[in-house]
Amino acid sequence: MSISKEDIKKLADLARIEMTEKEIEKLSTEIDDILDYIGQISHFTKASRDEFDENQIRNVMREDESDPEKPDSREELIGEFPEREGDYLKVKKIL
Amino acid sequence: MTQIEDLTIKEARKLLDSKEISAKELTEGALLQIEDKNKELNIYLEVYDDILEQAKLAQKIIDQGDSKDLTGIPLAIKDNILIKGKKASAASKILENYKATYTATAAKKILEQNGIFIGRTNMDEFAMGGSTENSAFGVTRNPHDPEKVAGGSSGGSAAAVAANMALGALGSDTGGSIREPASFCGCVGLKPTYGSVSRYGLMAMGSSLDVIGPITKSVADAEIIFNVIKGQDKYDSTSHIPVRHDGKSVGSLQDSSRDLRIGVPYHLLEQDGISREVKENFEESVEKLKNLGFEIKDIKLPNIDKSLTIYYIIMPAEVSSNMARYDGIKYGLSLDGNPSTPLRTSNLMEVYKKTRGEGLGPEVRRRIILGTYVLSAGYYDAYYGKAMAAREVIKNEFNKAFNEVNVVLTPTAPTPAWKIGEKTSPLENYLADIFTVTANIAGIPAISIPSGFAKINDKDLPIGIQLMSAHGNENVLFEIGKNFLGETT
Repeated sequence: MSISKEDIKKLADLARIEMTEKEIEKLSTEIDDILDYIGQISHFTKASRDEFDENQIRNVMREDESDPEKPDSREELIGEFPEREGDYLKVKKIL
Repeated sequence: MTQIEDLTIKEARKLLDSKEISAKELTEGALLQIEDKNKELNIYLEVYDDILEQAKLAQKIIDQGDSKDLTGIPLAIKDNILIKGKKASAASKILENYKATYTATAAKKILEQNGIFIGRTNMDEFAMGGSTENSAFGVTRNPHDPEKVAGGSSGGSAAAVAANMALGALGSDTGGSIREPASFCGCVGLKPTYGSVSRYGLMAMGSSLDVIGPITKSVADAEIIFNVIKGQDKYDSTSHIPVRHDGKSVGSLQDSSRDLRIGVPYHLLEQDGISREVKENFEESVEKLKNLGFEIKDIKLPNIDKSLTIYYIIMPAEVSSNMARYDGIKYGLSLDGNPSTPLRTSNLMEVYKKTRGEGLGPEVRRRIILGTYVLSAGYYDAYYGKAMAAREVIKNEFNKAFNEVNVVLTPTAPTPAWKIGEKTSPLENYLADIFTVTANIAGIPAISIPSGFAKINDKDLPIGIQLMSAHGNENVLFEIGKNFLGETT
């Protein structure tokens, strides 16, 4: 299997990572090698999705409410904002 | 005076409680080693400024006769485990100045006993790597030979223990990140059962694989730290008190330890890439265990050799999802899209891309791209779906094996520590995880125990063996491990 530079560019876009042409080129070779290796999984005929027991994994739900036992970290969280206006998180325009 | 290099946690506990040594003396002993060697070895990224106050507090509790297992014991913490108010960067530029806003449950349990965290240790960025060469803040050197890697990703934690800069350390293990550096540095490293230790406050890498565990000088010490940090936690819904696969309750060993049976999948050692030194040492270790009275059985795990393939699909898939949170918006590094445009005219998308492009290192970016690929439409079933099914096959093979034997024995790593900069391709690095990833895939506990040295260029490089047991059966690992190292039980 072979992955093109265009593919890498698209993936980088999807993953929101800015990359130089040079890095894209290097990455397409490296990812190719890795895909060759992990492509072995296709020979693994014994495993089908039916064998995967979905019942073993279940979702754990909780009420959407604040936990009184949890220490209040409001100030610390706000303190980590890269940009703020008062207690509001400031972001760039969307479009 | 007793030096820190002569002490285990267990021994230090006795000396602290009998007042033969003070928490301050012990802490200063670690600091002395740090002053002496940290510059060269690059083990700690930061030594906390409040450790002498912590020592004073611990001493007060010891003086009151209220000490617990870790009161006054100097420990190191991996840079991806949070302590409120202290920096935690995961050795990444993107979190270089991030201060944790809450404390990880595992760290909290140690702090509640007044254990002393000396500082945060170097690692592969976001725990992605097996050599600490992927740290944004420089490689950690192996205390046994500074030309060699310390292993990774918990390389700083293992090196801190080996260099006597702490009596024990916390690390995290997703595919071998506790066990491999422990084996490279001549320490004991325990990867506990998945879910037995809360992941709350551990920066997520592969959420279905990650677990926090100890790196120590002795098996008894690993057991002590594990017993402090384990337990169900309401802030981690995957945390639980493990039940054995056969439904029997997990408890203390009923039978004499001599009745324990060790399975060796010899077919695994026939693969390429396992060094002569490791093979020889492994044979010697098997002999030693035989002489100690353990029964050795040749076992087959027919699909275990697919583990690495499964791992390098599931792990990047989870990485790409978990890394999405580092976007330059709520915390950490935030870079403006285009420096030439006035601040207000750059948009959100440019902030994301610039911040992640510059803030995340090459290996992290590589794994995100790989994960994005295997999860993308059209490839999901071929990779992720198949890997998840294969994961079940591996789990079942282990369950079957544990009906016949109590533990499975392998080398920890295929080679001793390699030379810094020697491995150039990503795949070459990944192959070092060949023996360790299996335990993460199956969720079972595994321990690396020092088993000797390889003489390479006149330097003695440590080698380790790995023992794996059924879910919740850490006690079997401790039992055999203590026997192997000749620790008095």
